[in-house]
Amino acid sequence: MQPVVIEGGHVIDAATGLDGNFDVLVRHGLVEAIEAPGAFRSAGDVRRVDASGKWVMPGCVDLHVHLREPGEEWKETVQTGAEAAVLGGYTAICCMPNTKPANDSAEITRYILEKARAAGAARVLPIGAVSMERKGKNLAPYSELAKAGCVAFSDDGDPVADAGLMRRALEWCLMLGLPIACHEEDRNLSCGGCMNESPLSLRMGLKGFPGVAEDVMIARDIELARFTKGKVHICHVSTARGVDLIRRAKNDGIEITCEVAPHHLLLNEESVVGYDTNCKMMPPLKASEDVKGLFAGLADGTIDAIASDHAPHDRDSKQVEFSRATVGILGLQTSLPLAVEMCLAGAISRTRMVDLLCSGPARAFGLPYGTLRPGSAADVVVLDPRREWLFSEESIRSKSKNSPFLGRKLVGATQHVFVGGKQVVADGGLVADLLK
Amino acid sequence: MTDHLLGMTGLSKVDIFRYLDVAQAFVEVSERDNKKVPDLRGKTVVNIFFEPSTRTLASFDIAGKRLSADTINVNASSSSMQKGETLLDTVRTIESMNPDVLVIRHSESGAPHFVAKHLTRTAVVNAGDGAHEHPTQALLDLLTIRQHFAAEGRGLEGLRVGFVGDVRHSRVARSNVWAHLALGNKIRLIGPPTLVPADFIKVFGSDDVSVVHNLAEGLQDLDVVVCLRMQLERQDQNFVPNLDEYSKEYCLSERLLMRHAPRSVVLHPGPLNRGTEISGEVADGPRSLVLRQVNNGVAVRMAVLSILAGSVESRTMSLGR
Repeated sequence: MQPVVIEGGHVIDAATGLDGNFDVLVRHGLVEAIEAPGAFRSAGDVRRVDASGKWVMPGCVDLHVHLREPGEEWKETVQTGAEAAVLGGYTAICCMPNTKPANDSAEITRYILEKARAAGAARVLPIGAVSMERKGKNLAPYSELAKAGCVAFSDDGDPVADAGLMRRALEWCLMLGLPIACHEEDRNLSCGGCMNESPLSLRMGLKGFPGVAEDVMIARDIELARFTKGKVHICHVSTARGVDLIRRAKNDGIEITCEVAPHHLLLNEESVVGYDTNCKMMPPLKASEDVKGLFAGLADGTIDAIASDHAPHDRDSKQVEFSRATVGILGLQTSLPLAVEMCLAGAISRTRMVDLLCSGPARAFGLPYGTLRPGSAADVVVLDPRREWLFSEESIRSKSKNSPFLGRKLVGATQHVFVGGKQVVADGGLVADLLK
Repeated sequence: MTDHLLGMTGLSKVDIFRYLDVAQAFVEVSERDNKKVPDLRGKTVVNIFFEPSTRTLASFDIAGKRLSADTINVNASSSSMQKGETLLDTVRTIESMNPDVLVIRHSESGAPHFVAKHLTRTAVVNAGDGAHEHPTQALLDLLTIRQHFAAEGRGLEGLRVGFVGDVRHSRVARSNVWAHLALGNKIRLIGPPTLVPADFIKVFGSDDVSVVHNLAEGLQDLDVVVCLRMQLERQDQNFVPNLDEYSKEYCLSERLLMRHAPRSVVLHPGPLNRGTEISGEVADGPRSLVLRQVNNGVAVRMAVLSILAGSVESRTMSLGR
């Protein structure tokens, strides 16, 4: 691979604290050096990428993605997901084990990794199941899964109801140093609710999912983390109370991290009025007090990561009665622009944005990505922070089109994306032959 | 753009009175020897019910027939839906047979709204969706109340109206509350916190709605008491300890009404659970308007069908979203 110099851009790297004009030299798949503008002017035999007027940041790391392969390939495949990822600025994506069959064996993990290698787009980092078949009864073989390439464990949308099993899982994972990612929901409280429980759910006559169903499980897992010293990662925290609990746990020195999804920040339960099934997800969209609590968590550092919870679903499973529709929305191609939107609106600083999308998630799962520190993998995004574009079905690379952001004007467009020094996105489009 | 009647939300006082005035005219039609009028001759009304119903279905069917429409009743809980067809496919299939009005009942809130969004040339009438809305029931309740108070020289406005029982799951209560608020009436929602959570004061965005958990206190000085049906399965879902416990706290008795709201009238959407939410003495007594409600149901549905199918002169009013 020919070395690359990305020059003239504004480099933002939260892990090293860089936020200014620098040129980046990429060689042998690694970031070799970052120097003042013009420092690499005399370097010969390099390809030069013009980044003037652009932001140059580490590739984003997504801790929460559903790729649907094996089992539901009509909704998404590893390839279409990995391609959507790089188009959206994600160079590493962690895929949940709710495939069919579930990712509870090295065989499935290897299958996913082979598909990812064949796709040649984003790095795909599988998350193994906590319990066999994600049924909450028997522990999955964590060591086998970790050796095959799993970076964390989760039963995804089926919360681990059995606190005893959760305890043993956390204890076993101590020796692997890997976190357990928890979808927090007490099913006896959520009870089939399909939107936030609130005056609005009462008005619409839809079964409510009360925020406390999430909070009690966050509280439980904080105490289990305290007790076992295991690593807990809270998926898509959506309540103000949940953020408070996590903030307090962090102050107590407990090993806990958490992520928030962009839709929980930028939409609220009012979006459900009209019974739009593209606004149906778990946890459900919340009322504005909760949204405020999430922004407070973004501002004070309680929240470690923005994760897309990319959940492709075919049209048929969404074009039904609200309560019967599948849950979840796309996120890989919208999360970065939505974060840019929050940044430009002043809700988060540029470096905080990069921390939430890159170094924060990498830290949470102990991954060697999300930074431009010399010597690290050259996963780089060149982003035009001023380019506005309309998010439409045509812009979607995923096999599914379920997004509440369709028709929204997004700001911030990925221009060039490198994974391990290889360019996968050029001028906003996928590089023709990713396997070259 | 086709007009629909999906709910009482958003209907103005003018809209409501228009429905009631047309309905009142049809009450007289229903009392004639020859009950048929030609208003909807050549029109087709499909009643598609995804949830079992006796009185509402019969009421719509009779209403359509008295207007000379061709009415077809599809019991969708035992038809193609059981064969795995989606709601959308079912209603699109029916729309391709060119009906003028589709009357739909469904167990899921929002189903008629979803259907209306996807149909292009058929008027949709919501005959009850989940725990959301049941607009024709609200209209027939209003018509019944109006007739009663007219005899006393009063109108439909300036009333204190209470709803007793399972407000949480009641589409009848929701549609009625929206209508009464449009008329400027005061609303009291009465029942245990499990069925009438305090959050209900925020549901309708109006200071005219209050929540009271004690029945005697809630009944105080009401003009109208709407008694809601207690669904028997609620005790299995732990909304109430058991029906006996429920009735001890919330069964409407003549003694209580006499003491706290002596001049009130009582409505009930039916079917009644005597001894659970309403005593036989109240149900059969002079303050009960239950049978009048059923009678008015046909007239109200005739009004709705004729307005939506275009037989009533101006169709410029907004008919609810």
